Amino acid sequence: MPQVIRSPKVHDVVVIGSGAGGGTVTKVLADMGVKVTLMEAGPMLNPAKDYKEHMWPFQVPHRGAGDDARFYFGNPYPFGYFLAPNGYWQIPGEPYTTGPDSKFMWFRSRILGGRTNHYGRITLRFADYDFKPYSTDGLGDDWPITYEDIAPYYDKAEEFIGVTGTKEGIRSAPDGIFQPCPPPRAHERRMQVACKTLGIPCIPSRLAIITKNHNGRAACHYCGQCGRGCITASNYSSSQVQIMPAMKTGNVTLMTGAMARELITDASGKVVAVSYIDKATRTERQIRCRTVVLAASALESTRLLLNSKSARHRDGLANGSGVVGKYLTDSVGFSMRAHVPALQGMPIYDSDGMGGMHVYVPWWEWAKKNKDFPRGYHIEIGGGFGMPSIGGFTGVCSRNQGYGEKLKNAIKADYGTWVGLAGRGEMIPNEGTYAEIDPNVVDQYGIPVLKFHFKWTDHEYKMVDHMERTFKAMLEGIGGTVQVTPGDAKKKISLGGEIIHELGTVRMGNDPNKSALNKYCQAHEVKNLFVADAAPFVSNPDKNPTLTICALAWRTSEYLAEEMRKGNV
Amino acid sequence: MLVQIATSAAILGTVSEAEAQHVHHETAAAAAKPAAYKAKAFTAAEEKNLRVLLELACPGSASKGGAFEFIDLLSSNNDELKAIFTGGLAWVDNDCEKRFGNSNGFAALKPEEQTKFLDLIAYRENFAQDSTLGPGIKFFDWARRMAVDAYYTSPAGIKELGYKGNKGMSEFKVPKASMDYAMRGMSE
Repeated sequence: MPQVIRSPKVHDVVVIGSGAGGGTVTKVLADMGVKVTLMEAGPMLNPAKDYKEHMWPFQVPHRGAGDDARFYFGNPYPFGYFLAPNGYWQIPGEPYTTGPDSKFMWFRSRILGGRTNHYGRITLRFADYDFKPYSTDGLGDDWPITYEDIAPYYDKAEEFIGVTGTKEGIRSAPDGIFQPCPPPRAHERRMQVACKTLGIPCIPSRLAIITKNHNGRAACHYCGQCGRGCITASNYSSSQVQIMPAMKTGNVTLMTGAMARELITDASGKVVAVSYIDKATRTERQIRCRTVVLAASALESTRLLLNSKSARHRDGLANGSGVVGKYLTDSVGFSMRAHVPALQGMPIYDSDGMGGMHVYVPWWEWAKKNKDFPRGYHIEIGGGFGMPSIGGFTGVCSRNQGYGEKLKNAIKADYGTWVGLAGRGEMIPNEGTYAEIDPNVVDQYGIPVLKFHFKWTDHEYKMVDHMERTFKAMLEGIGGTVQVTPGDAKKKISLGGEIIHELGTVRMGNDPNKSALNKYCQAHEVKNLFVADAAPFVSNPDKNPTLTICALAWRTSEYLAEEMRKGNV
Repeated sequence: MLVQIATSAAILGTVSEAEAQHVHHETAAAAAKPAAYKAKAFTAAEEKNLRVLLELACPGSASKGGAFEFIDLLSSNNDELKAIFTGGLAWVDNDCEKRFGNSNGFAALKPEEQTKFLDLIAYRENFAQDSTLGPGIKFFDWARRMAVDAYYTSPAGIKELGYKGNKGMSEFKVPKASMDYAMRGMSE
């Protein structure tokens, strides 16, 4: 490695990563007058240029297939060509590896805002019992905080970013501060009625989308393209909703193209500098810091800690307990679709709406005894008259074959008649699922990469069986024709990492021998080191993690600012 | 020529399937004549045959949907795709010569011969009766799929399909006629 360039300035708070966690920390601290240096491995975001919102497929000659036809050859753009930048399952020059018999997918986004530029905007509070999993069923561990500890921060996060919903009084889906939710689409209304017959709740969605003007942001215009990035910032992305406004305070220094490599500690064990690669010049640099907040995503933060080895920290920084990298989980994923003949011939309408479903099913059997699997899942509903896209007709062509006007009539008759369900459930941490540093592989910057080990257990397989039975009943309840795929749950469950809710690898807890962080997400062993992504989570409930990342990061930021004021860090 | 295509499309609703098929052959012939476009991946003969085949597979795809240009662009950057199409087109020419004694390519066949030929390669089950059709069935699967993709992502195809969105609205509402239709048979 060439000579390291060190800057003499000491930065008050260096935040590494600009997604939901880093964005929240940056916003909260900047508003409190604290100087923040935000380090992002990717480039700056320019929504007007980078987002492909409202673009028709015919506006690019390859229609979304890629000039090299990648769509047709098993290497498509993840979630489509029109998705907001820069999310990839594989980044050239930045590999990851897997252990024998393990499959794991890792979705990374290197750009200001990270994965919040294109995520699903599903914004759910954890339930009270989600913080006490061990006390509830004897599996896993309890969190060091309760619902009451985090509730005020759920309030703050929801109020600030804007979340749709309705007060329902359901224990598994605690009510929050909600913006009005638009009415259900036609197939969603049909599903609501079917669910009522089955005794399953199906309630207005909780999405990080504003339906009224809010904090200088325009209300949603219902184009259904949240995943492409929203030029009017009507949905939550940390880039547009938190970081860009925070930069106007004058308290934020943004460093892009800065790939953190290692945290440097002094003899007292405190972090004194962050070593990073400046991608533009391919040079290694260091900036000095008073405190550091890791928000690089659960697994990048884990990698950074494990790579911060020294004579004092042989197993990586903040890892005296040895838990860093362990307790990795992702959500359990399973989906099913059905053709619904009753929808055929419906007068076509503009069903774009919010980007995502307008109603969803929260978990409903939290009080049920004698289930054959622990915990639960929620259900997402898809359907409607979507914007035509390449690949969208492959199924109907394959089923009908033929050609000409007859084929076209079949395609038109099929349009808008499919309804899909996707389950997202809780995985129990297990010993066979963890991340470690691969001793043999480095990325293009010379940084050792992560190696993943991943296993599902019967807990998850039995949950998938339950999803399959339930989804079939729901889809048949709306008159759908379901073709159940043969084979058992092992073949039907999602791959590890595929649902992109990977977390838990730098867990918080009250016992320094069993956790890396205290209840404020401050490292037990390194007082000026905090973690503000999903790495601190003790469990992975059936509620998408983003809102809890924001709430925890908000709480950690206030704690950090107060500790700085007191001179403790 | 544009006028003729527009007229053909307008009368489709009132004619029989056989007549419609005839109209399609006319349109296919129209589509076979490239305007100013210069192909990147295919020879002039390949272009002519492919345009006609695409137009018959999915009417409107070559004449209005840009299907040939779409496949040509992608084939010019992907050798595997190019080989699927050049190989498939050569097989079609060869097989048509055997069946119909016409060595001038698919586009030069009589309309009824084109129909007869497509009736063979457009259905997987024909393979059971005649295993020599394998390459043709496989090729037509690609041609049909990409013709359909191109057409229904083009302005003409999107309009025909009836997609009404991508414009945004101040309030989301489901029209009563659609909701009533969707709720038939569901008792609340």
